[in-house]
Amino acid sequence: MLDFLGYEFMRNALMAGVLASVICGIVGTLVVIRRIVSLSGSVSHSAFGGIGLGYYLGVNPLHGALVFSIASAIGIGAVSKYAKEREDTVIGMFWAAGMAIGILAIGLTPGYAPDLFGYLFGSIISVPASDLLLILALDLFVIGTVALLYKEMMAVAFDEEYATVSGLPVKFLYYLTLVLVAITIVALIRIVGIILAIALLTIPAAISGKLTHDMRKMMVLSIVLSIALITTGLWMSFILDIESGATIIILSAVSYAVMTAALRIRARGKPQST
Amino acid sequence: MAEEIIRLENVTVAFDGETVLDKINFAVYEKDCVGIIGPNGSGKTTLLRLILGLVAPDSGRVSILGMAPEKGRRFVGYVPQFIEFDKTFPISVWEFAMLGRLPGSPLARRFNDADRRKTEEALRRVDLLHLRDRQLGVLSGGERQRAYIARALASDPKVLLMDEPTANIDEKMERGFYDLLAELRKEIAVILVSHDISIITVNVDKIACLNKQLFMHLPSEINDEVLEKTYKCPVEMLAHGVPHRVLKEHEHGGGR
Repeated sequence: MLDFLGYEFMRNALMAGVLASVICGIVGTLVVIRRIVSLSGSVSHSAFGGIGLGYYLGVNPLHGALVFSIASAIGIGAVSKYAKEREDTVIGMFWAAGMAIGILAIGLTPGYAPDLFGYLFGSIISVPASDLLLILALDLFVIGTVALLYKEMMAVAFDEEYATVSGLPVKFLYYLTLVLVAITIVALIRIVGIILAIALLTIPAAISGKLTHDMRKMMVLSIVLSIALITTGLWMSFILDIESGATIIILSAVSYAVMTAALRIRARGKPQST
Repeated sequence: MAEEIIRLENVTVAFDGETVLDKINFAVYEKDCVGIIGPNGSGKTTLLRLILGLVAPDSGRVSILGMAPEKGRRFVGYVPQFIEFDKTFPISVWEFAMLGRLPGSPLARRFNDADRRKTEEALRRVDLLHLRDRQLGVLSGGERQRAYIARALASDPKVLLMDEPTANIDEKMERGFYDLLAELRKEIAVILVSHDISIITVNVDKIACLNKQLFMHLPSEINDEVLEKTYKCPVEMLAHGVPHRVLKEHEHGGGR
């Protein structure tokens, strides 16, 4: 079972999985408790615009995605929340417009975009060392930010009005959360691709949320679950010779369903529990 | 002379050309206990939001301890109306009460022993310390209200501002609430805002009747006429369940 670790690309893949899981667990928890899952889905898909521009400008598409998704995250937040436009309309627009920009840019780029499919659906077994370093840097940024502003993030997530009355910079913290989402998406592109990233961002946190009522524990548990899901999915895809990104996502969704069903059955056993 | 905590001078607020508050003058001094009553749509929420600095007056001035509300509100312990919140939100009673230590605190400051002491004291005050590790969402209505009061008290407020404090608690809890209030008002000013006139059965020092305009009364002056002016309908329609200390019985009776 462990023979797949004999390959260097597999060790790199696992390293990428662990590094991405750290961000994914922390930010996924914030996304789930703030209920900004579809907003995050929009940020994720619009990151494709950055990938396309990366190709067009001849820079690392991941760098393009980082800049572009941070910009679109702030854009979505500003338009939906503070320009008082309907949030779900704005989310849908950014979702498609970002992808459209990516498609145009790739169309304008001479030649063939070699690993386009990998950016869309993940290519964890071909992560170059430079991308590992990028994900590591993103890890440090996310850990540092959330460690410093943990209670402030909790306060705004729980009740924005009270946070405002408490004198917290609510807008800044909102945009900062969206920037963290954008960063997470970029870290997940290599693992599952931009199309599937939203599932890996939210499923571990959604499962942990059912198991603990402590935000810190929820973050840690999400990280552990995310590592477990990525590793298991990767191993399954290896022995079955199927797409790794899609395997990880399906495994995650099935885990969520099984966990939810198991908890319901257990709750039915004890009629008093709520 | 008693210190002035909150002052509204000639405050007018209009939304889309419709006047919501009309030339309000209102002051609260230290250890005052003021009840503000008014029907739905009388501007109560706007008045609260003015004090909290969430709404700016179109004319007139609001000040808290001589400061603009944005600065002074850190001295206001705000207890919001019983709100539906996400019951699954991962926050414990302790963490929730701790949020009361955020006002006036610079960003990213670590909580220290003094913060923890204040929080502990506030939770003990409302008799909730034994539930400190409980998830906020599983508390009963009365416990939750006490948690909100603890969060407000943790911030060391000069005035406690309570929005519809008795709206969602049952009669038994209401008594506990009034006992707690009797304790608190010895130390800080308290403002109770409610559409429910039974709130004035609390031994308040002053009562403000609000319906776009605001009139201050001493509790002894409150009678049917005053209430009818505020509510613009016969008091008996509002008065069910209100002890007769406040409202004399109508001859034609008939309860509600």
